[in-house]
Amino acid sequence: MIPLSHFLIVAALLFAISVAGMFINRKNVLILLMCIEMMLLSVNLNFVAFSHYLGDMAGQVFVFFILTVAAAEAAIGLAILVVLFRNRRTINVQELDAMKG
Amino acid sequence: MTFEQIIFYLFSAVLVTAAVGMVTVRNPVYAALCLILSFFTSAALWLLLEAEFLGIVLVLVYVGAVMVLFLFVIMMLDLNLDPLKEGFARYAPVGFLVAAVIAVEMIMVLQSGPFQTTTPAAAAPANNTEALGAILYTDYVYPFEIAAVILVVAIIAAIVLTLRRRPDARKQDISQQVQVRREDRVRLVKMKAETKEQA
Repeated sequence: MIPLSHFLIVAALLFAISVAGMFINRKNVLILLMCIEMMLLSVNLNFVAFSHYLGDMAGQVFVFFILTVAAAEAAIGLAILVVLFRNRRTINVQELDAMKG
Repeated sequence: MTFEQIIFYLFSAVLVTAAVGMVTVRNPVYAALCLILSFFTSAALWLLLEAEFLGIVLVLVYVGAVMVLFLFVIMMLDLNLDPLKEGFARYAPVGFLVAAVIAVEMIMVLQSGPFQTTTPAAAAPANNTEALGAILYTDYVYPFEIAAVILVVAIIAAIVLTLRRRPDARKQDISQQVQVRREDRVRLVKMKAETKEQA
């Protein structure tokens, strides 16, 4: 049998890789959005693993809601990205400094 | 090694490899395809964890809808990739360092006692979808409805954000068409009848 910790380690590796991806691709908003999706996926893997090993269906319900919110987030994020590209002709994070934050 | 373990380690290796590919490839299309591969592989891992419904939903919703949306946007935008990729060598060491620290810390925590269990505390229900539905529509019915509202808001927000009026587009205006009066279009001109000599 596979221990719970192995599933959790896979999820942790996935999360760490997404964090590295955010550092590496810090100029490309598209890849940043994909890294966020990957982070949510690793969290979902944790939820499903715990749900299975603790015998509690509530974990899977939470995964269901996270999937919903992540889909909404991706749709809105991509819509903002399209509007951004239409107005500025770039998606380079470095050039998006209109608000001087 | 049992068949289950072989499947688990194989799919985990594919999953991590696809994730590394996603963050390192140059072309966003390849990154999206790597992400699709990692979604598929996670769906397989979820099936291994007896979460059949969520595994299918991951493939249908993520691979079928969200990633297609990503690919549409990538192909619609005319990206100039060269400025987006500069700084790779500069930020890669610090990125991998932070990632390694996170991974090592989490793995050290996960080596401790309570995570070593190999057997589920309770047997999984025979029908995963039915069990999930039974709990979703009773205990979690308000969160379920809020999730529906969030999706509607997301749809409307995405449409409103990307909607634009193009001045050069030709279209019918029905109200203007029905408001037309006879006087605007028809002009009666009085003129003398021609005589035989002029003809």
